[in-house]
Amino acid sequence: MKVEISLHAVLALSAALFTIGVAGVLVRRNLLVVFMSVELMLNGVNVAFVGFARQWADVGGHLAALLTMAVAASEVAVGLALVILLFRNRGSSDLDDLTLLRG
Amino acid sequence: MAATALFWVFSAVVLLCGLLVVTRRNPFESALALVVAFFFLAADFVLLDAPFVALVQVLVYAGAVMVLFIFVIMLLNLRGEEPRLLRRVTPRVLTGSVVAVLLGCAALSVAFLQGAPSSPPPSLPAGFGEVETVGLALLGGRWMVALEAVSVLLTAALAGAVVLAKKEV
Repeated sequence: MKVEISLHAVLALSAALFTIGVAGVLVRRNLLVVFMSVELMLNGVNVAFVGFARQWADVGGHLAALLTMAVAASEVAVGLALVILLFRNRGSSDLDDLTLLRG
Repeated sequence: MAATALFWVFSAVVLLCGLLVVTRRNPFESALALVVAFFFLAADFVLLDAPFVALVQVLVYAGAVMVLFIFVIMLLNLRGEEPRLLRRVTPRVLTGSVVAVLLGCAALSVAFLQGAPSSPPPSLPAGFGEVETVGLALLGGRWMVALEAVSVLLTAALAGAVVLAKKEV
């Protein structure tokens, strides 16, 4: 099997995707969009895992990416349940409204 | 070079849709952009010799996770919020973007300066990244414990989500 794409290209995509995710988490105040940005960050990490797995012909990277997806799925399930709960109790999904613990 | 060119095209779509996710004011538009990003990321995974990961990416991310997101957005009936955002550059947008770009530069420098090999490997074993290889690696050896831990985590998340989102506990 011929391999073409260099690892640097893969790592560049991974870093760019992660950066966009970080920017979303830091900038956005809507809880749902923050969750989506976290998903972008996790996907950036998955890209790096898959790239390294291919570079060293080790399936372990694929397994790590698959386990990351499972963890991300459970995170989304619990996180969205929390969003529903917050929205029901406080009528907003804006992070700036969640100042209950501020002293 | 066809694979590399395709990789760049797909990656450009992924990054564009990622930017749309972050910059759209309406969460529903963000979610739709995220679906497209996940699909094209799956195409990238196929090009990177990871067909099974690409399959799971479409099933889990573009399928299950995005259905959850859109379901919650429609359930909460969210409209375009954050009207102050992105009209002009607020301090939060500025600091957030600068910190993110610095972090990205740090990640890139680690990748490029710490000796990540630039040349791709000469060849891969037959069946690399397909269901049989991945499944055998997952079930044999040291990944077994991680698999069991993830299964427990998924069960706990299932129960936790039901308990949290229930009206009267």
